[in-house]
Amino acid sequence: MDRSKRRWLSRAGALAVTVGLGVAVAQAQDIKIGCGMALTGGLAANGKAALISMEIWADDVNKKGGLLGRQVKLICYDDQTNPATIPGIYTKLLEVDKVDLVVSGYGTNLIAPAMPIVMQRGLMFMTLFGLDVNAKFKYDRYFQIMPAGPSPAFDWSRGFFDAAMSLSPKPTTVALVGADAEYPWAALAGAREHAKKLGLKVVYDKTYPPNTVDYSPIVRAIQATNPDLVFLASYPPDTAGMVRAANEVGLKTKMFGGGLVGTQFAAFKTQLGPLLNGVVNYEFWTPEVAGKLPFVSTFLVKYQARAAKEKVDPLGYYLPPYSYAMMEVVGQAVQGTKSLDQKKLAEYIHASEFDTVVGKVRFAKNGEWARGRVMSVQYGGIKSNDLSEFTKPGVNTILWPAEYKTGELKAPFDAFRK
Amino acid sequence: MDSALFLNAVVAGLLLAGFYAAVAVGISISFGMLDVVNIAHPGFIILGSYVALMVHQWLGVDPIAISVVLSPLFFVLGMALYRVFYLAFERRGQESLRGLAFFFGILFITEVVLILIYGVDYQLVKTAYSETVWRLGEVGFPLRLLVPCVVSVVMVLGVQLFLNRTFFGRAVLAVSQDQLALRIMGVNPVKVKELAFALSIATAGVAGAFLIVIQPVQPSIGREFIGLAFAICVLGGLGSLYGTLVGAVILGVAESFTATYFGPSWAPAVSFGLLLLTLAFRPAGLFGR
Repeated sequence: MDRSKRRWLSRAGALAVTVGLGVAVAQAQDIKIGCGMALTGGLAANGKAALISMEIWADDVNKKGGLLGRQVKLICYDDQTNPATIPGIYTKLLEVDKVDLVVSGYGTNLIAPAMPIVMQRGLMFMTLFGLDVNAKFKYDRYFQIMPAGPSPAFDWSRGFFDAAMSLSPKPTTVALVGADAEYPWAALAGAREHAKKLGLKVVYDKTYPPNTVDYSPIVRAIQATNPDLVFLASYPPDTAGMVRAANEVGLKTKMFGGGLVGTQFAAFKTQLGPLLNGVVNYEFWTPEVAGKLPFVSTFLVKYQARAAKEKVDPLGYYLPPYSYAMMEVVGQAVQGTKSLDQKKLAEYIHASEFDTVVGKVRFAKNGEWARGRVMSVQYGGIKSNDLSEFTKPGVNTILWPAEYKTGELKAPFDAFRK
Repeated sequence: MDSALFLNAVVAGLLLAGFYAAVAVGISISFGMLDVVNIAHPGFIILGSYVALMVHQWLGVDPIAISVVLSPLFFVLGMALYRVFYLAFERRGQESLRGLAFFFGILFITEVVLILIYGVDYQLVKTAYSETVWRLGEVGFPLRLLVPCVVSVVMVLGVQLFLNRTFFGRAVLAVSQDQLALRIMGVNPVKVKELAFALSIATAGVAGAFLIVIQPVQPSIGREFIGLAFAICVLGGLGSLYGTLVGAVILGVAESFTATYFGPSWAPAVSFGLLLLTLAFRPAGLFGR
């Protein structure tokens, strides 16, 4: 090799080392936040919307100079809506990607399997829409952004049963039904507590496999018990199946609904359309409360512009604001403690109130919202399957809580089918 | 016993069986008759759902009618897929494990392509009859299940008649038994398998249209039916389409009765319990040889 070639090679080598070091330094400066997220599978529609919100937050923060003067980098892997993938994903995030912080993916089923790893390492864990996950773990660094309240399983169905007891004559029997999965189990446990407290006789209490195709035998079995109330805790596909079956069978009951995941998103609102009339369900934001929760509206403008491009929920009333708020809490805690120390972050979150796009958030001792804000809504007056019906006030009557109430419960449920 | 509840359970089980049979018939052909480990079958069912959705959104035509008209396209797709499978794996005797990996890959690629085009949101087609229920006394027949059931039974019986009554059909049955004998008779077993595999993919396309009429779909939902579809095929006897139909009826009615009288969470246990019981007495399945 002649001298000139040797000189070029040594220069190229020096350049490679310099670039490599530069990249390494840049990577070291990033604050890496890791998560698993449902980007395929049954919960992907929501998971992808949640990730978009997190990315919007990261962009917003980075434009303002990042956290602690460092840029924020999200590292999220597709958990395929499969709990079995979670331990591997979080192990990789912590061992290979060396993330500084972790947050959860979407949903109770995907949060619970991450808990042992998170607890083993003493990590602060902000979670996204898990229902009462910490009831058994009792982990003091667990936080949850869904506004379920300090007794989440019980508070989840408070609005449904509160509205039910406003009926005259008062209901005396209730049927409880839901999918065989973590979230419905927790929701049904809360509903059982309400039934016991209110002296309601439970005449049906069963779960079904999530991949059920035809729900009409279940609805007929419920009908055979002639319940005054039917409380359903379901995930999106079974929500559609149960609502359609209730319509096909002609379910006769005073009140139907409670814990249906799915009717909050544009896809299910438009697909089910008038079939939703009469159903009572939970919501976190509707156009009827836009004046009372104006901060959400501001975020939605930003989200909706991006959602259309990414082919996810074009409304974003349900999960996206809370996903953004989850990251805001993490960001404000990092800024507040000027640290990435997990213990300090957890202590700070316990002690502080956070100003977020979903309003002011304070956490209870168990990591849940100190004061819940699950709205109980009755759908009515839906005339078509057009999305525009759901973008303006009119089709949601808010029954609970009192500060957002816009009307009274209309019963029975079957009257809406006539 | 409440007779209305009983009759509705029977009807619901039969309607469900129609859909299950449509899902399982293609698996019965590929696994039972051809020894082709087409684990990607659910992917083609979902592809059928999205093709029906796309054309429905474009022309407003009923998705099941679309699927029947477009079944030749799925047939051609099946031919092409088998040709690749044959050239890359079967011809070299590597069809077992590598072929399985190949079909897994096809399944994932199908799902990813659908995600890229349609996103991950649930899609449903609302037809003119989606919310209509015919009533005979106290028994209800929801058309979103009745129409797929009727078309499915016609499809399964049609395929079985085709296999029983035509030279090609008998060649398909022969290819599963003795390929060498078939060659001696001057028939190319590869060509026969190619056409039979294409037929199985065509049935998947039609089953996909049924699915999107019955319930909302997203790109990876097809995997949820693979276990039950296998159970139906094995119960009926792999390679027997009448067996597939009977297996679907047994598991559909069992699921409906369990959900009605004992609790729906027991349905999978009862279905697979019936399967195990049958296999204990008839290891080849009810109609297996």
